[in-house]
Amino acid sequence: MGYLLAIPAVVLGFIKRLGWVASIGMLVGVGFAGVLTISLLVNLVGYFQAPPEPTAEEGFHRHPKELALKTDGPFGQFDRQQLQRGFQVYKEVCAGCHSLNLVSFRDLHQLGYNEAEVKAIANQWAIEVPSVNPETGEAATRKAIPSDKFPSPYANETAARAANNNALPPDLSLMAKARHDGPAYIYSLLTGYQAQPAKLLAEFPATKTPEGLHYNPYFANLNIAMPPPLTADGQVTYADQTPATVDQMAKDVSAFLLWTAEPNLQSRHKSGLAVLAFLIIATVLGYLSYRNIWAEAKRKVAPKGALDPENKVKRTRASKKAGIAG
Amino acid sequence: MSFAWAKPYEPKTELGRWIDDRLPLPRMVFNAVGGGYPVPRNLNYGWNFGVLSGIFLTIQIVTGIVLAMWYFASADGAFNSIEHIMRDVNAGWMMRYAHANGASFFFIVVYIHIFRGLYYGSYKAPREMVWMLGLVIYLLMMATAFMGYVLPWGQMSYWGAQVITGFFSAFPVVGEPIRVWLLGGFAPDQAALTRFFSLHYLLPFVIAGVVILHIWSLHIPGSSNPTGVEVKTEKDTLPFHPFYTAKDGWFAGAFLTIYAAVVFFGPNALGHPDNYIPANPLATPAHIVPEWYFWPFYAILRAFTVDFILPAKLWGVLAMFASILLLFFLPWLDKSPVRSGSYRPMFRIFFIILLVDVAILGWCGGSPATPFFVALSQIAAAYYFAHFLIILPLVSKFETTLPLPNSISESVLHGERAEAAPVGQSAPAN
Repeated sequence: MGYLLAIPAVVLGFIKRLGWVASIGMLVGVGFAGVLTISLLVNLVGYFQAPPEPTAEEGFHRHPKELALKTDGPFGQFDRQQLQRGFQVYKEVCAGCHSLNLVSFRDLHQLGYNEAEVKAIANQWAIEVPSVNPETGEAATRKAIPSDKFPSPYANETAARAANNNALPPDLSLMAKARHDGPAYIYSLLTGYQAQPAKLLAEFPATKTPEGLHYNPYFANLNIAMPPPLTADGQVTYADQTPATVDQMAKDVSAFLLWTAEPNLQSRHKSGLAVLAFLIIATVLGYLSYRNIWAEAKRKVAPKGALDPENKVKRTRASKKAGIAG
Repeated sequence: MSFAWAKPYEPKTELGRWIDDRLPLPRMVFNAVGGGYPVPRNLNYGWNFGVLSGIFLTIQIVTGIVLAMWYFASADGAFNSIEHIMRDVNAGWMMRYAHANGASFFFIVVYIHIFRGLYYGSYKAPREMVWMLGLVIYLLMMATAFMGYVLPWGQMSYWGAQVITGFFSAFPVVGEPIRVWLLGGFAPDQAALTRFFSLHYLLPFVIAGVVILHIWSLHIPGSSNPTGVEVKTEKDTLPFHPFYTAKDGWFAGAFLTIYAAVVFFGPNALGHPDNYIPANPLATPAHIVPEWYFWPFYAILRAFTVDFILPAKLWGVLAMFASILLLFFLPWLDKSPVRSGSYRPMFRIFFIILLVDVAILGWCGGSPATPFFVALSQIAAAYYFAHFLIILPLVSKFETTLPLPNSISESVLHGERAEAAPVGQSAPAN
């Protein structure tokens, strides 16, 4: 009993020694750390009693393939030829389902098309843009003009889903920035369609690709609604005679979509180099003047200090005399 | 304020005298960041990050004001107005990338500034007020950064707002009404976006005001220094200008070079791709993660997984708030009379463990909540609280500290490299 009575005195002594703030803090700390320890133990017990089932995505989802583009690196610039080829793939293949609602026809100037060509491209675009019948005021469509954005073939989301097995073809303007590894991801996805591996079906029979979806290991959940868009070499006939293999078309359209996502990449790289050059020169000059200003101060600090050049000479001389290697 | 030997301001021209008699603003500047402010002469580069924080606050305010001229705070138009800035506004992409990455660099700088203060005991008397005002700035920065991240109205903006305002609903009874009141609706929408924009524009100026108080309170005792020994004589100090303006100047140039490299050559490296997808209240992203500078706190929030007396979510929210609020009590938790970690062998070891611990928390917070990361964050979060609330008070009681140098100038006599070493312990090798 006597021991028990001593406890409050010991606790009080402890609090007095530590201070009130630290004592309360210690209680709070023990509280949080304790609940965390309980959480950890409960989780560990749960983990070993019922380990989580492995998922098909863990084993079969693949990281995008490497894709080298002319835009890579600080000196990277757009390859206009490639962008034009990529645009052709978009026009002849992708545009059937996907819009580019942040990109205008007139932006094609940047790919090297002249004004007349841009007008012609807009005018001959297979999909017309929404408009209003000037006579009746009813909804209608008209031919595109250069200031229009690349339109969607569907009037609205419901129409798009109805035409695509309830999947919505996303707008592609920002696709190269809206996915990890942007262009490499697009390239991998376009060339990644394949039959479901036998190993996957053996391990996870429940994950057989459903009717209407397509197996693609680069897609997050392995089954994508989009049917393979690039199916055969020569699907597009390039004006510049580049052989239109599936791989080449996928690369070109990935490069094109990087341009639609980041049209200012080229000027960003150029001005970046200028800014860096300026900052490096300014920093070097600043550093030299810093050394200059502080040289004074250091001598003032330690007139007889160990680093004083005079002392250094004396020390070396003394060391030599005593036969100690400096 | 400041020391007896501080050089008094003397106007050099008639005009200067005329102005000084009527509005002593030049005098104030001279005494604050000019030749009239004596600073310990042994500061290392850890002390450059205060000025750098000011530089990044300025960058954020300037780029932010320009962006606000083009930004359109509308649930339907915000995303596209930012794409308009990126594509069609002259140098708009530069302003936006400078602003988005400026936030990250502001946090990098401030984290280094805070950890420098933690290591060198800058929070101890007589600088408690400096430390606490700094924490107020940090809290304001977190609020500002969070609301700024919501403005583009991308997927991560939207779901981040959903998650963070959801913290309040963890509190019983009052929580849900508070959440609805804060958002102006049951989910983030136009009302939330408009008020976030309004506050995102306001708070940086509040920060600037608290920065003035922070510097004011700092200039009463003057800057701390790597030895933690107070300034004693004039020999211990140098005037801020030209010595520290020169040192801050070239170092700011070097740091801005790194910043510019990211802005121009990897502007999306620190962001999340999902924020280039317009907000969609019907599609939850696979992994909702905040910006990297919140990852350690996000890890603490998610580490509580068991309903023990209180619901797990409430534990997480309380712990997350506590993890920052406890820093306000640091001056009374760590009562060691020695400031600098360089003279505290035990403290030093635990400080290094804390650095690793916070890095691990950040790693956990940025990763999906798999069993491995949850378990790791539970250990790391437990250590975080143990460090500040248990280890630090005990260490400060039981540790044997190393002998301190008699004065700053004496420690400087050992040469710059050894300046943080105690007297008589490491004489220079040459």
